[in-house]
Amino acid sequence: MALFPDPFETFPGLQQALDTYRTSGWLQPGLSGGGTYPPINVFRKGDDFIVITEVPGIKTSDIEVQVKGNTIRLAGTKSVTYGEKVSLHRRERLAGRFDRAVTLPIEINPEGVKAECRDGVLALFLPRAERDKPKTIPVA
Amino acid sequence: MATAAQELAVHEKKELVSKEEKTVPGRYYIPYTDIHETDEAITVVMEMPGVEKKDINVSLENDVLRVDGQIDFAKYEGMEPVYTEYNVGPYTRAFTVSNKIDQDKISAQVEDGVLTLTLPKAKEALLRRISIG
Repeated sequence: MALFPDPFETFPGLQQALDTYRTSGWLQPGLSGGGTYPPINVFRKGDDFIVITEVPGIKTSDIEVQVKGNTIRLAGTKSVTYGEKVSLHRRERLAGRFDRAVTLPIEINPEGVKAECRDGVLALFLPRAERDKPKTIPVA
Repeated sequence: MATAAQELAVHEKKELVSKEEKTVPGRYYIPYTDIHETDEAITVVMEMPGVEKKDINVSLENDVLRVDGQIDFAKYEGMEPVYTEYNVGPYTRAFTVSNKIDQDKISAQVEDGVLTLTLPKAKEALLRRISIG
């Protein structure tokens, strides 16, 4: 159930909604292995789930996405390069390897997983396994 | 050359603390930026994930370089958060550029959510090497 009438009408609404679910208990701690990069946001859309993460400056070919059971793994390398003979004034962008595995409390249909990367944002569309979907029980 | 050997740590987004208030409530974020300089130009590299090319605004006025990037929140429509680790919002950042910049020749390029601005130095600001006769 959405807590807000329409959290996405304005951006403060979305920001508020995102804050509310900040490290909510949905993803149990301890189940995820590996690193903490990249930070993820998980959304529900109908029956399915969407994992969104920000990976600016990482080429699609440098990201590896794996799904096994209800665990997803995001691994890769981010490199930051400068030209030759430059003097650096500011260096804030981080580079390095990453490898993160997250176990979701839902069952995924691995055949239906789609990954899309645009403008430095990676979105994983995770369809819920048919047998994991909630069933409506008619009240007689 | 930065090496990619170490483990990448989570870089918590920095929120903009502004002197003046915005008309729209909500948080703005400061894009992580690298700035480097060669003899001919200054290059500014900013990370603005989620910002489309058309939503980036770059201006240079009175030696202040200002970059704004808007997020299309409509993309989140119909989505209900269940677990979040980061927030999203428009990006904004301004720098005072000291060298004289050839304003007409500023070029911008966006790739994978990273904006690269090349600010060529104006002729009079270019380093002249004087040979000793």
